[in-house]
Amino acid sequence: MANESAHPKLMTIGEGGSALAFAALAMFSIIVAAGAFTPEFAFHAYLFAAASIAAVFAIVNRYYERPDEAAPLVVDGKPNYNMGPVKFASIAAVVWGIAGFTVGLVIALQLAFPALNFDLPWVTFGRLRPLHTSAVIFAFGGNVLIATSMYVVQRTCRARLAGDIAPWFVVLGYNFFIVIAGTGYLLGITQSKEYAEPEWYSDLFLAIVWVTYFLVYLGTIMRRTEPHIYVANWFYLAFIVTIAVLHLGNNASVPVSVYSSKSYIVWSGVQDAMVQWWYGHNAVGFFLTAGFLGIMYYFIPKRADRPVYSYRLSIIHFWSLIFLYIWAGPHHLHYTALPDWAQTLGMTFSVMLWMPSWGGMINGIMTLSGAWDKLRTDPVLRMMVVSVAFYGMATFEGPMMSVKIVNSLSHYTDWTIGHVHSGALGWVGYISFGALYCLVPWLWNRPLYSLKLVNWHFWISTIGIVLYVSAMWVSGILQGLMWRAYTNLGFLEYSFVETVEAMHPFYVIRAIGGLLFLVGALLMAWNLWKTVTSAVSAAPADLRLAPAE
Amino acid sequence: MSFWSKHAIFEKNSIVLVIGILIVIAIGGLVEIVPLFYLKNTIEKVDGVRPYTPLELAGRNIYVREGCYVCHSQMIRPLRDEVERYGHYSLAAESMYDKPFQWGSKRTGPDLARIGGKYSDDWHREHFKNPRSVVPGSIMPNYSWLAETDLDFSHVAQDLKVQATLGIPYTPEMVAKAAADVVAQATNDNPDAVELIKRYPKANARDFDGNPTRITEADALIAYLQMLGTQVDFKLYDDKANIR
Repeated sequence: MANESAHPKLMTIGEGGSALAFAALAMFSIIVAAGAFTPEFAFHAYLFAAASIAAVFAIVNRYYERPDEAAPLVVDGKPNYNMGPVKFASIAAVVWGIAGFTVGLVIALQLAFPALNFDLPWVTFGRLRPLHTSAVIFAFGGNVLIATSMYVVQRTCRARLAGDIAPWFVVLGYNFFIVIAGTGYLLGITQSKEYAEPEWYSDLFLAIVWVTYFLVYLGTIMRRTEPHIYVANWFYLAFIVTIAVLHLGNNASVPVSVYSSKSYIVWSGVQDAMVQWWYGHNAVGFFLTAGFLGIMYYFIPKRADRPVYSYRLSIIHFWSLIFLYIWAGPHHLHYTALPDWAQTLGMTFSVMLWMPSWGGMINGIMTLSGAWDKLRTDPVLRMMVVSVAFYGMATFEGPMMSVKIVNSLSHYTDWTIGHVHSGALGWVGYISFGALYCLVPWLWNRPLYSLKLVNWHFWISTIGIVLYVSAMWVSGILQGLMWRAYTNLGFLEYSFVETVEAMHPFYVIRAIGGLLFLVGALLMAWNLWKTVTSAVSAAPADLRLAPAE
Repeated sequence: MSFWSKHAIFEKNSIVLVIGILIVIAIGGLVEIVPLFYLKNTIEKVDGVRPYTPLELAGRNIYVREGCYVCHSQMIRPLRDEVERYGHYSLAAESMYDKPFQWGSKRTGPDLARIGGKYSDDWHREHFKNPRSVVPGSIMPNYSWLAETDLDFSHVAQDLKVQATLGIPYTPEMVAKAAADVVAQATNDNPDAVELIKRYPKANARDFDGNPTRITEADALIAYLQMLGTQVDFKLYDDKANIR
C-alpha cells in the first residue's frame, strides 16, 4: 500500500491492523447474518458488517488524505490537542439527550394513559423503558463523560490524546454500541439485567471499545508534561477501570449459538441477583457519580476561576468514595432471599457512604468561596452548583432509603424512581448541561450564543425536576402505605389495582415535569447549535491553564 | 514530609494509581459475592424445585424479551402484608435455576412470584389480549400479538444444552426430547405428556392459549406463569430448618 513518491508514505501498523481487523469483522458478520436464527439478529449482523466496511473505507481514505507524517505532539511549544473526537461526542451527547428525554416522556405518558402502547410490540412500555434508561445513562451520560474526559485529560496533562485511530474508534464504536443496544430493545433483544440489557455480542463489542478507551486515557496521562495527575483524572480513571470490571463480571454469559442473539448468564438466582446489583449500584456509583465528579472537579473550578476548595478533602473524598460504593449493592435486595449478612453489609456501607458523598459536595460547592456573586451573574455556573446541591440531596436520600425499615416501605414503589431522578435530572443532568455550555464554546472557539437562554433552561427544567420528584415522592409513599394498610377487621384494605388507580394524577404530574425538562434541553440544543454555527470567530477562548492541583 | 505528601506516589505514577484503584474496588465485591458460592446456607434445602420444561423456558424467554421485569417483581418479602397478599415469602431455592434471575425492582404491577394457579388460562388469555377487560383499572399494555404469533422452538434443545453446561441439571435425555416436550406440553391429551411429567414433575400439560391447532407464544408464556411459585409444597416446608 506504500505510496511510491519521493516521500514514501507508509501505512502505520495501527491503520493497517485496524483496517484488516474491520475487514475480518465484516466478513464474519456477513457469515453470521446468513445463518442467523432470527431476522432481528440478522439485522444486527448486517449493521455490524456495514459499519465495519464503512470503517475500512474511512481508514483507507484517511490514509490517502493525511500528510506523510503523523500529527505532531507539540506545535509552537504548545500541545497539539486532538479535539475532533471530543467535538463528536459533545454533539452526540446533545442528540442522545433529546432522544432519551423524549422516550422518557413517552413512557411516563404510557403509565398515565396505557392506550399509548398502541398494541405494537416494539413500543410497549416493557421495551421502551430500557431504551429510555440506556439512552439517558449510556448514550447521553456516556458521551458527556467521553467528551469531557478526553478534553480534561489533554488539558490537565498538557498532552495530545494518545493514539491516532484509537480515540475515533472509542467515540464512534461507543455510539455504534448504543445503536445496536437501542434497536435491540425495540426488537426484543435483551438479557433483562437492569442497566445491562444488551446481549452478549453488544457486550463483547463494548468491552473492546472500553479497553481501548482505558488505554487511550492511560496513554495520555503517561504523556503528561505536568508532574502531578490532576484530581479530575483520578475520578475519570476510577470510572473507566471500575466500569470495565463491573461490565465483565455482570455480563459473563454463554450464547446459545453464534447465530443466536440469545445468551444465558453464568450466574443464577441469588448469586445472579447479588452480581447484578453489585453491577447496578456501581453503575450509579462509578458511571453516574465518579465520572461526573471528574466533571465537577474540572469544570466548576475552571468556570468559577477559583482553585478546588480543599486538596486534602479531595484525597479523602476519592479513596473513601470508591472504597465504600462497591459495598452498597445489596441495599437493592433488602428482605429478599439474599442472605441477611449480605443485606446488613450493604445497608451499613450505604449509610457510611453518606459521608464521602457530602465531603465531595462540600468540596464542589465551597470551591465558589470568594466567587459567590457569580451565582447571580453566570447561569452556567449556577446550573453546575445546583447540580452539586442535588447531588447532596440524592446522596442523603439514598443512605436513608437503604436503611431496611425505610426500604420496606420505599422498595418496589415510585419513591425509588423519584430518588433516581433527583440524582439523574438534578445532578447528572445539570452537571452535564453545565459542562456542555462550557465545552462547546471552548471547542469551537466562539462565545456562547445566549446566556439568557441558559437562564430559561435552568428555571424551566428546575420546575420540571421539582414536579417530577415531588410527584414520585407522594405516589411512592402513598402506594407503599396503601399496600400495607389494614381494615379494623384485620384484612388488607386495598386490592392491588386500587393502588394503581390512585397513582394516576401523580403520573400525569410526573409527565408534565418530564416535558418541562425536555423543553429545557431543547433550548440548550438550540443555544449550542446557534453557538457552533455563528459566524463570529471570537478571540481564542480561554487559553489559561487548568487550575493547579 | 507530611502525611498528605505521601499521596504524591499516586499522583505521580499512573500505574500505581490504577493498581490502587483496582485493589480498593475489589474488596467490597469479593467479600459480598464470593461467600454466596460456598456458604451452604445461602440456598435452602427444599424438595420440588426442578428446571423449567422447554415450553416454560420458552415462555420465560418471552417474559424477558417483553421486559415484564420492569413492572413485575418475583420476590415476596417476609412482611405481613406481602405474605397475605401474595403467599409464602420467596425462597432462594425457588430461583436457583433462573438464568438470569427475575426478582425485579419495581411493582408497577403486582408481584408474580406465586401467580401460578391463581387465575385460569382463560383469564390470562383475555388479560393478555386486553388487560382492562378483566382488571378495569389496569395500566398494563395489551399483548394481543402473543396469541397470534407461532412459538419458534426450533432451537430449544440448544437452549437446554447451554444451560446444562452452566450447571442446570438438564439430562442428555431432556435435551434430546426438548422439541417433542414442547409439543407434548402445549397440546391437550398428548400421550407423550406422561413421559414429560416424569422428566419434569408437576408440569402442567394442556393447550394454554385456547387454540389447540397452534403452539403460540401465549401457550409458552401462560405455561410459564402457571408454574411460577408452585414447585415447593409449603405444607411440608419447615421454616425453622432453614433459618439463616
